[in-house]
Formats: sequence, structure tokens, C-alpha cells
Amino acid sequence: MNAESLKPERVAEHDRQKGLADRIMCCSVAGCLSAGAGAVRAAIEREVDAQGKSAAIEVCGTGCMGLCSRGPLVRSAAADLVYTDVKPEDAGAIVGHDRSKFENRLLDSDHPFYAGQRRIILANSGRTDPERIADYICQGGYQALLRAVTELTPETILSEVKKSGLRGRGGAGYPTGLKWELVGRNSSPVKYVVCNADEGDPGAFMNRSVLEGDPHRVLEGMAIAGCAVGAQQGYIYARGESPLAIARIKTAIEQARREGLIGGRIFDSSFQFQIDLRIGAGAYVCGEETALIASIEGKRGQPVPRPPYPPEAGLWGRPTLINNVETFANIPTIIEMGGELFSAIGAPASPGTKVFALAGRVERTGLVEVPIGTSLRTILFDIGGGVPAGHEFKAAQTGGPAGGCIPAQYLDLPMDYDSLSRIGTMMGSGGLIVMDSSSCMVDLARFFMEFCMDESCGKCIPCRAGTVQLHEILRRMTRGEGRESDFGLLEDLSGLLKETSLCGLGLAAPNPILSTLRHFRNEYDAHVRERRCPAGHCQIPAAQEHAA
Amino acid sequence: MSVRTLEIDGSTVTALEGQSIFNAAWDSGIHIPRLCHVGGLADPGACRLCLVEIEGQKKLQPSCLTKVSEGMVVRTNTDALKSYRKLIVELLFAERNHVCSVCVLDGACELQDLASALGVDHVRFKPQYPKFEVDISHARFGLDPNRCILCTRCVRVCDEIEGAHTWDVAGRGRNSRVILDLDEPWGESESCTGCGKCVQLCPTGALFLKDKTVAEMRKDRSFLRYIVTAREKKLWIST
Repeated sequence: MNAESLKPERVAEHDRQKGLADRIMCCSVAGCLSAGAGAVRAAIEREVDAQGKSAAIEVCGTGCMGLCSRGPLVRSAAADLVYTDVKPEDAGAIVGHDRSKFENRLLDSDHPFYAGQRRIILANSGRTDPERIADYICQGGYQALLRAVTELTPETILSEVKKSGLRGRGGAGYPTGLKWELVGRNSSPVKYVVCNADEGDPGAFMNRSVLEGDPHRVLEGMAIAGCAVGAQQGYIYARGESPLAIARIKTAIEQARREGLIGGRIFDSSFQFQIDLRIGAGAYVCGEETALIASIEGKRGQPVPRPPYPPEAGLWGRPTLINNVETFANIPTIIEMGGELFSAIGAPASPGTKVFALAGRVERTGLVEVPIGTSLRTILFDIGGGVPAGHEFKAAQTGGPAGGCIPAQYLDLPMDYDSLSRIGTMMGSGGLIVMDSSSCMVDLARFFMEFCMDESCGKCIPCRAGTVQLHEILRRMTRGEGRESDFGLLEDLSGLLKETSLCGLGLAAPNPILSTLRHFRNEYDAHVRERRCPAGHCQIPAAQEHAA
Repeated sequence: MSVRTLEIDGSTVTALEGQSIFNAAWDSGIHIPRLCHVGGLADPGACRLCLVEIEGQKKLQPSCLTKVSEGMVVRTNTDALKSYRKLIVELLFAERNHVCSVCVLDGACELQDLASALGVDHVRFKPQYPKFEVDISHARFGLDPNRCILCTRCVRVCDEIEGAHTWDVAGRGRNSRVILDLDEPWGESESCTGCGKCVQLCPTGALFLKDKTVAEMRKDRSFLRYIVTAREKKLWIST
């Protein structure tokens, strides 16, 4: 493809879609598929065939529409409506636009679930078929790459990204523009761009959904990054546990290659950029950048001490730019609308939107995208519909096993990087697990410590042996066997891990403990001193209650 | 090569450009505790015992991997560092079965020496008592993973000096253990040359000579320097 043929292709696909009476888009990402979306799609296809409308009505797959707890979801493009809890027997009503069958099962864009959201990363999810590049091009895809390659210089791309104020969406929030500049400034003739898709936080599925629902957006972001920093090779490091995401990336890479959008002489320029897929074997620690690099190199997935940081010496010792899936997915939008305009979205110190995976004790669970700085109350109660009836909101966990909890008194706190770190938690990659009065915070800390213990690579002693002992202490507490001296041990060990661990996994592993101790010390006291669990969650033998 | 002047624990120390803090300190008589570092091998920075405070830096840095720089102010033995080191050794003792009274290396074990130097007189953590299988299939050597502290000296010396790369680490976290080849018994390893460097470098009784009983074994570390420097010193040329 050259610069002139992008637009005609876009127009042709647009006209084709306009000529259709309806596009019935069935969610085809992991959540809905496991709820039976495959059978639903087959039934709708059969129905369209049976009614002889297969020329006028197109049935296709699409990305995540967000409300995963009500899946399978199906969207009718003509009616601009999302049907929820769809069963194969609803096929006739969907094809025939018979709304009467969907009383409480209709979502329009004014529904509270969508009204509070602003979808940039997920803009195409639910609107395009992730397996067709023409669909992405029709929505303006690869327009930003065209602009970057033919109109902008590496310096101007960098300055747009810097102006946008975008911060890394993997969790730490490092300014993306700065990182790009570090790699760009390096004079090495060989550089790499790596997309970190090793999303592993329990309850988090933002990156997987983006890759399953709109893979070309990520490829485009990576290619623009390659153009800006002077790299000719990119790698996507994906988790082996997300086979669907892997399949979609493979399809997308193949299509983009065939269209000449990645590869040599992109848009007839001298810029060349290859993207290859590397699949991890499912170790949480491989999300840490140095372990990820080791894994791509074919070594044991273990972190190595930094410095040197990857922008200086990364993959095969070369300068390497590593960004998260969501960070790359922001890039096309930044190049399209310009950095300054982008920086007006969200909070001043953290511009843009953030995708959150809403899970746990909340009415509507799924994937939501909001401007950064939106309050937790808006996300949980307006968009998420609040906690189940009869229960009370207790806390929300952000940042997974590396993060902390937000208790009820901070419900109105804006969700941005700095506000969250001030109260002892972090933005993280976007996992948002909601807890209500039936959840035990000591057991929550134990759960995350068990996760860290299992995922510790075993290289450094504090993390390898420390997580085992921290878990042991918390396990004791949740069984009513905790001792007064355990508080001191928790504190000592947490301090050790935070100060001496080799990589982020160990450094952040005590965070859930420290955060629950800070906000819910009374629950720990109840477990240890009174041998009871205030939430009624932990099984503490009655005999011991008497003994206490 | 130019010289750098820095301050370690209050005294002025001169060091060569590119030298690690650990070596600079060692040369001036300040011995920073360590378990994974061995001169002549690459440093993994894994044991975290040699962490030091460097003025102006928020995070503790591994002295084995941090190079000296002019005017640097380093503290190697603050109260915080001492308590971290004690905790790390305590964790090691609880992690596997370090029962000195039945160990071949009793009295000459680096872990034991470190514990007594740091004043670790009891362990507050629950012992894990793992049950790893002992490998005594080799004619002369034995491996007891229950005494292993995963310093990976055996892995590195075998790879970097002997060039065989017989050893590596399998499993992760608490289940990590050193293995030979593709997890084969030592006696059946085809890549092992039987040189015994791993046994001599192992800081504990995890790798041992089979003809030694309790507290009988002593490890010879001088050979490594000999092997590494023999060529430049032309030691094999008879005069």
C-alpha cells in the first residue's frame, strides 16, 4: 500500500458498510465467548441465511463492548443498540429488530454504563471486526502512521508524544515521551521496540481485550514508535495463556504485512519496521522489563539488576523501548489529534483515559474506559451500578498484587497516578477489584501474597524466601492462629522486601499488606486478638474462639 | 587506568576506574558480606547481602555491581543494613534444612560463618523443611538441594570457567533448584567433566565430596584464582 491508496480503501469499505441494511456484531473476545457467544453468532448467521438476507445483513465478530457480566453481547450497527444476555433463541428478534423481547436487555449509548465513559483505546471495540484490516482502515486506522512517516520527522513525533503528557499505562506511570527520547537519542544503529503484553494481575484483562478487539491499533502505535526512535524491529511479548489474543495478533501482523503497512518501505518511504510475536510461558515476573527481555532472548525469565536500563542496553544489549499495550494504543490518537489537544483529556498531570477491568463485588463487571481523574465513586456506582443489594462498599483494590486498596472514605478521590500513590496504592495496569462487607481484608492480603510467592522467580533471597514467610504469617492469622509478635515480623519482612528486592515484583509484594494494615488494622486485630473474622469470611475454628 | 577517590565507611579509599565498590572496599580491608559474589565470575546481584547505602541515592545498591565514582560516599554497615542482612540469613535458615550438626561442611560453611558474624542466634520464621531428593549418583560428588542457597556459583563457574554449562536452575520461587543437564542424575550427566569446581566453590554443604563425613570437608577456593590467572602468569611453562 502507498500513501495514495489508503484513502480509496477507506472510502470503499465505508461505502460497502453503508450499503448494508445492518451489521450484527457479536462480541468475540474471551469473556463473551466463554459465555456462549460462539453459539449465538452461529444462530444469528443461520437466521440471516434462513431469511435470505445474507447479502444485506453482515454478521461479524467484534471487540469488547465492556459489560462482560451481561454477556454474550451483540450490537446492531443500524439500531446502534447493544443486546445483553443473548441466547441463540434470540437470533430471530435481533435480525428482525424486535425490541420487545429485550425488555431489560438493551443498552444504548445513554445507558449509565456508557454515559460516564470516554472510549479512545476501546473506540473500535464493538464497532469493528478485529480480524479485518479494512474495518480498521475504515475507522481512520493507519492514518496516523501515514502522517508520521510522510509528514512528520522523528523529532516532531517525539515532541507530540511529549506534549501529550502520556504516562506509561503498565502501572508505574513513567512519562512516555521521556522514555522515547532516551531511546531516540541513543546513537546505536540497531534498536528495538517491545510491546509488553504480559498482563498477569489477577482480575485484569485490559491488554488482552485490546489485543483481541483491536490489534491493529497496537501495531500502528508500535510502528509510529519505531519511526520516532529509529528502530526497525518490534516484538510483541504476549502471554501463552491468551491463545485468542495471540491468534488475533498473528492475523493482524499478517494482514498489515500483506498491505505493506509493516515491513520494508512503508508508504514508499525509506522507513522499514518489522513486528514479530514472542510468546511467554506464563510467568508473572516476565512482565518486569528485564525478565521480559531475558525471555525474548531465550533465557530463563529472570530479572537482572538495573542500571543499565533498557533504553540504554536492553534486548541483545541494544537500546530498547518497552511500553505497555495500552500505551502504544494511545499513540495513533495522539498523532491524529495532536499532543496538545490530547493533553486536555483527563487530569492535568495525567492526561488521557484509562481502561479499568471492573471485577469483584459490583453489579456491572467488565471493561470500562474513563478519563483519568474520574472519581472512584463515578466508576463504581454510576458506571458499575454499585455493590450488590444488601451489602456495603468496603474497598477497591488497584494495581493487583503490587498495589493497594482504596477504602470508602476516598471514594471521591480522583483516580490519577499521584492521588493514588498518596494514599498508599497505585494506578497499576488497570485491575479494579471491588470488595464489600463480605470480603475479609486480611484474607485479601493473604491471597495476593500467595500469588507473589508462587510467581517469585527465586533469584533474590528476600523475595524468594520472604514471600513464603509473609504468606505463612498471614495464613496463620486467617486461621485464628496469629500471634501478637506476628505484627512485628510482618513489618520487618515488608520493610526488607521493599528495600532489598532485586526487581519490582519483590519490591511491591508487601504493598497489599501495608495498605490493608494502614486502612483496616482493626480487622487484623480482630483476627489475632479476638480470633474472629469481622467479615465472616475466614474459617476460624470455634474451639479456638473460646480459648481466646 | 585512572584512579578514583571515594569514601567508604568514613575512610578515604582509592580505587581503579571501573572497579566495583565491593572490590574497592575489600582491597582496603572492608569486607562486605556476600554469598553469591565470587571474584572471577559474573555477578548476578542476587543475594542482596552486599547492598550498600550511597549518598544521594534513594535505593540501596548491590556493591558487587555498582562501579566506584569520584567523590562517592558509601556506607556499608549501617544499622538498617545490618538488620536487613540478619533477616536475609534468618530467611535462608528457615527456607531449607541447614542443620549444621549433621553437615559435612560444619565449621567451614560460609552461611554458618555469616550467621555467626552477623549475630543470628535464633530464627523467628517457620522452618519449611523441604524434602528434595539427594543425588549421590556421581562417583565422587554429591548434591543435597536441601542445603542449597541458590547462589548459582556452581552454574556460573561451570558455564564461565569450565565451559560445560552442566548446571542450571529449574523451577521457580521456593521450588527453584539446581539441576544437571536436562534434570538428569549427576552420574549420568554427559556434559559434566568431573572437574569439581562447582563442589569447591559451593558456599554450603549442598555440593560435597562423597568420602567426607560430618564436619570433615574443607573447600579449596584458591584453585579458581589459579585457573583464571594461569595463562597471563604463564604458570604452565616450566622454567
